[in-house]
Amino acid sequence: MSDKNQNFIVFELDDERYTTLPTVKFLNRKRWMKKDEKQVTAFIPGIIHKIHVKKGNTVKRGDVLLELEAMKMYNQVVCPLKQAKVKKILVKEQDKVIKDQVLIILE
Amino acid sequence: MFNFAFQNQKQEHMSIQQKSEDLKKRMQAALQGGGTKAIEKQISMGKMTARERILALLDPESFHEYDLFVEHAGKDFDMDKKYLPGDGVVTGTGTINGYPVCIFAQDFTVAGGSLGYMHAKKITKIMDHAMKLGVPLIGINDSGGARIQEGVNSLAGYGEIFWRNTMASGVIPQISVILGPCAGGAVYSPALTDFVFVVENISKMFITGPEVIKTVLGEEISMEDLGGAKVHAQITGNAHFYAETELECFAQIKKLLEYIPWNNRRKALPFPPKAPKTNQYKIENIFPADPQKPYDIRNIIKAIVDGSEFFEVMELFAPNIVIGFARMNGETVGIVANQPLVLAGVLDCDSSDKAARFVRFCDAFNIPILTFVDLPGYLPGIDQEHAGVIRHGAKLLYAYSEATVPKITVILRKAYGGGYIAMASSHLRADFVFAWPTAEIAVMGPEGAANIIFRNEIMNAENPEEVRRQKVAEYREKFANPYVAAAYGHIDAVIDPNSTRKFIIHALSISANKSVQTPKKKHGIPPF
Repeated sequence: MSDKNQNFIVFELDDERYTTLPTVKFLNRKRWMKKDEKQVTAFIPGIIHKIHVKKGNTVKRGDVLLELEAMKMYNQVVCPLKQAKVKKILVKEQDKVIKDQVLIILE
Repeated sequence: MFNFAFQNQKQEHMSIQQKSEDLKKRMQAALQGGGTKAIEKQISMGKMTARERILALLDPESFHEYDLFVEHAGKDFDMDKKYLPGDGVVTGTGTINGYPVCIFAQDFTVAGGSLGYMHAKKITKIMDHAMKLGVPLIGINDSGGARIQEGVNSLAGYGEIFWRNTMASGVIPQISVILGPCAGGAVYSPALTDFVFVVENISKMFITGPEVIKTVLGEEISMEDLGGAKVHAQITGNAHFYAETELECFAQIKKLLEYIPWNNRRKALPFPPKAPKTNQYKIENIFPADPQKPYDIRNIIKAIVDGSEFFEVMELFAPNIVIGFARMNGETVGIVANQPLVLAGVLDCDSSDKAARFVRFCDAFNIPILTFVDLPGYLPGIDQEHAGVIRHGAKLLYAYSEATVPKITVILRKAYGGGYIAMASSHLRADFVFAWPTAEIAVMGPEGAANIIFRNEIMNAENPEEVRRQKVAEYREKFANPYVAAAYGHIDAVIDPNSTRKFIIHALSISANKSVQTPKKKHGIPPF
């Protein structure tokens, strides 16, 4: 951070404005987004092993929606809502998915 | 066992000379490590060999090697037919600038420096020596990881090393030098030690490598981008010192050892006192009184410490706080300072972790702590809150409160809110707190404070902007100074900036026999 040719930013805290250098981590910080519980996402990257539901199925909290193969385990992805209907299935068996990829949309 | 030709010689009565010849041959066989080809490969990767590294680091003629004839313990997968010289690790004792050390260096040319049962035994033996003798331990890591053929025995080896690292923590300084791959479980020995050194293009540290990440997660990344030297020095905070070459790295290790004691019962060796270069580092030239203007805190440190020599630790990680070693009147001190040049010097998750661990190192090894304060508070942000700035920030409060070495604090400019408390305030038992006349010790900055306190008056005014400006000025006049805190005795003295060195040296010298009674307990429970 000691490079002389870095760009100063104006950093505001409690209504005071400070001229200062940013860190790499500060510049690369992730923007936060509220999680939509109706979108069921992969909590770990892996391969879709088996899909247990079909479009239009009614599901309740804890029902297994699909199995995600990751870390040498068949991990269960379950319904997070008390009661819901499967609106859309965005993956098929054997698909490789990344972390936080939307797998199923509920309504 | 390796079949030495000379073992078949007539056994009758070898003279002492013959026996010595026999020893020499055995040594030569062991000292060639993995052989010419493997050594050439090591060199082609831009790396030195294990023994070259030790010799480059230690004082000439000081290295004494042990366990050269140790043989590996693998029985399965035809391993019993293999000869692995020294079982892939070189261990011994020596001196650095006359300072005794125990050292081991993994030899990548022998079975990729893989860690088997006897390899680990050699390391744990030299660790036990270091503990008994009360001298620093230096570990040079260059290993492909566990020796798979030895199965659970190699895991046992790692476990034995980790346990010793933990027991030695706070008793002897432990230094890890990553000069090659250090992957999987192997990374946890360095992580448990006090200082980790990395070298550009040579050090690689990770739990799971790019190959596994690619197959399991489908993400592609190079070894350098995943766990190279720069990543650990800048992003993860696993490394404390970053160098471009192995020789530069060794120079850093030698320098570090000059600042720290051999063990927790000693003090660091004193050096002849040296005045700071005040012509080059003139406080009135490098320090802006306006609290919103940036400056490099390292220049202030250099204006105060012996010879203007400041040995910075973790320079690239969380640069919004600066930590490192220097000397005052010849004695080592640990310095913690907010850096207004970067992120206005705020405390955040990383800077709290960085400073807290350093404070604990200094406390464990009898090094007084000097704290320079100039910060607007904690970094706001959803990412910070969710990353746990509460529990990370708490580490610094804990570390300062717990430390019983002499603690001296100088407040230069801003000391607002929680940041004021955290930065070794008198409330956390700093022994002496000095403030420059430019200090602003307050619950928050004048702008924010006036906007809250005089909200109604400002809102209801005919000319809100005018009233706001007036109120800010009023608050600044009344509270943005060191005299309110001084009036309550929260600080010990308001001092002229140019007398800082004098005050610190006096405070240190009269704190030499400081003793503190702490409640009896097994250990505290810091918010790790």
